Amino acid sequence: MTAAIPTPAFQEELAEVEPATLTGRTRKRLTSRWASLFALVIAVLWTIPTFGLLLTSFRPEKDIRTSGWWTWFSDPQLTLANYDEVLYGGTSLSTYFINSLVITIPSVIIPISIACLASYSFAWMKFPFRDTLFVAVFALQIVPLQVALIPLLRMFVNADLNGTFWPLWISHTIFALPLAIFLLHNFMREVPGELMEAARVDGAGHVTIFLRIMLPLVTPAIAAIAIFQFLWVWNDLLVAITMATGAQDIQPLTARLAELVGSRGSTWHLLSAGAFVSIVVPVIVFLFLQRYFVRGLLAGSVKG
Amino acid sequence: MNNFEKFGQMALAVALFVGVMGLILLLVGRTRRRADVWQSLAFVLPALLLLGVGLIYPGIRTTYQSLFDRTGDEFIGLDNFTEIFTNSDMLIVLRNTAVWVILAPIVATFIGLVYAVMVDRSRIESAAKSVIFLPMAISLVGASIIWRYVYEYRPDQQNIDQVGLLNQLLVWVGLEPRQFLVDSPLNTIFLIVILVWVQAGFAMTILSAAIKAIPSDITEAAQLDGLTGVRMFRYITVPSIRPALVVVLTTISIGTLKVFDIVRTMTGGQFDTSVVANEFYTQGFQLGDTGLASALAVLLFILVIPIVAYNIRQLRKADLR
Repeated sequence: MTAAIPTPAFQEELAEVEPATLTGRTRKRLTSRWASLFALVIAVLWTIPTFGLLLTSFRPEKDIRTSGWWTWFSDPQLTLANYDEVLYGGTSLSTYFINSLVITIPSVIIPISIACLASYSFAWMKFPFRDTLFVAVFALQIVPLQVALIPLLRMFVNADLNGTFWPLWISHTIFALPLAIFLLHNFMREVPGELMEAARVDGAGHVTIFLRIMLPLVTPAIAAIAIFQFLWVWNDLLVAITMATGAQDIQPLTARLAELVGSRGSTWHLLSAGAFVSIVVPVIVFLFLQRYFVRGLLAGSVKG
Repeated sequence: MNNFEKFGQMALAVALFVGVMGLILLLVGRTRRRADVWQSLAFVLPALLLLGVGLIYPGIRTTYQSLFDRTGDEFIGLDNFTEIFTNSDMLIVLRNTAVWVILAPIVATFIGLVYAVMVDRSRIESAAKSVIFLPMAISLVGASIIWRYVYEYRPDQQNIDQVGLLNQLLVWVGLEPRQFLVDSPLNTIFLIVILVWVQAGFAMTILSAAIKAIPSDITEAAQLDGLTGVRMFRYITVPSIRPALVVVLTTISIGTLKVFDIVRTMTGGQFDTSVVANEFYTQGFQLGDTGLASALAVLLFILVIPIVAYNIRQLRKADLR
């Protein structure tokens, strides 16, 4: 899983920052033999646990229960039985996989659309208290989710929405907004004002400018934020287990897996395959879109 | 609900949302220039309403609730907070949280920094980075399961093989296997390792970009002065990327403060491993003590503030220079 993934574009970007001059050589010298050894040790330490899980997930049930994955090298036996059972068997994780998808997709689309509108108005429209409101939204980034959860859950129960996907969609939307608005505002602010002025002179209103000029220009930023949000929602546990307690119909994978870890007994051998199923989606998203992800990361993030 | 219905609901929700958004845009597009304030309101109001109803009101409500007893009926002043700071179990929770917040950011940042410097400009840089970076894509639940297979313990008896890698290593070098997740207080450290494993990639990415942005005239001048190796690192690299270091440290600290998934998945807070964020869940959603849970949430918020304040102050200072 932890294979070599070159990200040419990002490398290029960084290479442009500074030509390989004298500095390059200085750093080379710093990269002595001990340094390389340290880096190698870290790289190996970071890879082995994931590799162990991957190998375990393909081993027969009996082997998983009685020996560690490294014994595979002396007694190589592989099977797809765990995946078969995880996906189609009695403990069917496929249901939860679908739930995760159904939860995640709207939880990415909705907050980002709302944030696009809001950040456009914060960046390029005039209205009373605009700057105060923006600072307030910015400050909300630091509010821990926990502070809102109990009253929010009560509201959903009162509105008779519990047991449906709505609490999850709405909560994820709300919690995503402060960071998304802040980041998008920064990107939109950088768009040159003359562009907008020119469009205005041609008779375009805010809606046209927003749809025709702004959105296409900030698409890379939207992509970065969307990846963030996707990973965040897909990997979330806290919101999942508060808003979808024990309901098989709506529980996402993470919540189900967390339950399985607790119940040692009959499902221990399925844990590895199950974990892998849950890991695969974000890892694929991540590897293919790493460039955007890194860019988003560098744009600054304090989420939660 | 079958899968078809679920996707149907999802499509319905998205369609409903797109419809409402489209309507807003359409209506705003229809109005002529003069109603500028109304246009802005239409753009900004959906976000503000959601934040007001879903974050600000619940936040105030939680703060209010933290002054009431477990059912929320009786006003008890600051008793919940007194309990947090006097009850012996709660003190362990606070101690663990402190250990997490101090250790995880420092260790993760240190490893990320050294690794970034080591692989900088080496031939395998991007591959080497991906290896450390990848755990960031994995959920903390997934990471916990991965490490479950490292820490797993089997009693030390004939015919029973260790299943966990770490215990197998102990057995191979002739030591007794141990229950990494049960033996307090070291079990908290073993849980912290998991977060470090996840966060080092974040630190590495940000710091690596910062290192590459150090102007070459600085490093060249230092080199003419004869600075190399560790001293170069100590006197040039680290001071030059100080703002990035502050951002990384504070970001990981805030994340660590709210760490919940790892403790929940690995021990459920048993064996003296609970932290504030986990205790919040246990009290509020398992033991039904709304008052105490609210107080813990408020405490979490209060603890975030000095970290953020430090962050802002340091970055201001860096800007002034």
